Amino acid sequence: MKSSVIIFPGSNCDRDMDVALKKFGFDNQMVWHNDVKIPKSDLIVLPGGFSYGDYLRCGSIAGKSRIIKSVIDFANSGGLVLGICNGFQILTETGLLPGILQQNKYLNFICKNVFIKIKNKENKYFKKIKKEVLELHIAHNEGNYFCSKDELKSIEDNGQIAVTYCDHKGNDDEKNNPNGALKNIAGIFNKDKNILGMMPHPERMIDPFLSGEDGSLFFKNLIESL
Amino acid sequence: MKVKVIVTLKNGVLDPQGKAIQQTLNGMAFDNVSEVRQGKYFNIEVNESDEGRAKSQVEEMCKKLLANLVIEDYKIL
Repeated sequence: MKSSVIIFPGSNCDRDMDVALKKFGFDNQMVWHNDVKIPKSDLIVLPGGFSYGDYLRCGSIAGKSRIIKSVIDFANSGGLVLGICNGFQILTETGLLPGILQQNKYLNFICKNVFIKIKNKENKYFKKIKKEVLELHIAHNEGNYFCSKDELKSIEDNGQIAVTYCDHKGNDDEKNNPNGALKNIAGIFNKDKNILGMMPHPERMIDPFLSGEDGSLFFKNLIESL
Repeated sequence: MKVKVIVTLKNGVLDPQGKAIQQTLNGMAFDNVSEVRQGKYFNIEVNESDEGRAKSQVEEMCKKLLANLVIEDYKIL
């Protein structure tokens, strides 16, 4: 399986993602933001970081970069596109995913482990994961998911909520909401579920000696589902 | 010509920075400040002498990049 990780100026989780993808069997290649074409891929990843210094709005400049047209074409033809953290912000700025990630409710940069609840397994990203709750890491200043009421109704009706913030038992209530995100949303899909954007970093949870292993479950499922 | 644009958060969208500024102002004895909304200001030099054409170009820029219409409104001054 071939994957491509796009590097923008200011990306800083691109190499972690490369290590994670290769560890679980992907033949990964790195693609520069100023390129026009993406090599043949089964999966494209927009990594975390601070693309273009978060200028204007997080992800907005990357959302207009040279490479992005190829990402949009790939996504619209049904290809798997995964955006983590800043990658999620970029996906909302391109319009591939609805809504926007606003500044965290209490104005703080949050860097900690959180639990997330898988809300929909009818897709390639979570299909074969047996657990309902995963422990992953978040590190962001703008993770406060927001969309209009109509949009929210539409994403709920279409099963587009992928993961929500919760406690270790899976209670995804306001008490377990780290950043003010609407309905505790930590990640969403597009209608066809081939595009996933989420704030938590599975690539940081692939080694028991460093952090945890719930990220491994994510990547193992991904390569098996493709 | 120069075109000026102000981008603000839509009514009803939470503005935590504005809130923090308001609370700080209240703490500085500006007791009568009941709300602050923070926005962005752009000064754009367009190589175009026709005002109408320049402003309609800037309007396109607002829709495509300068504002995110999910949460923001823009005003061309």
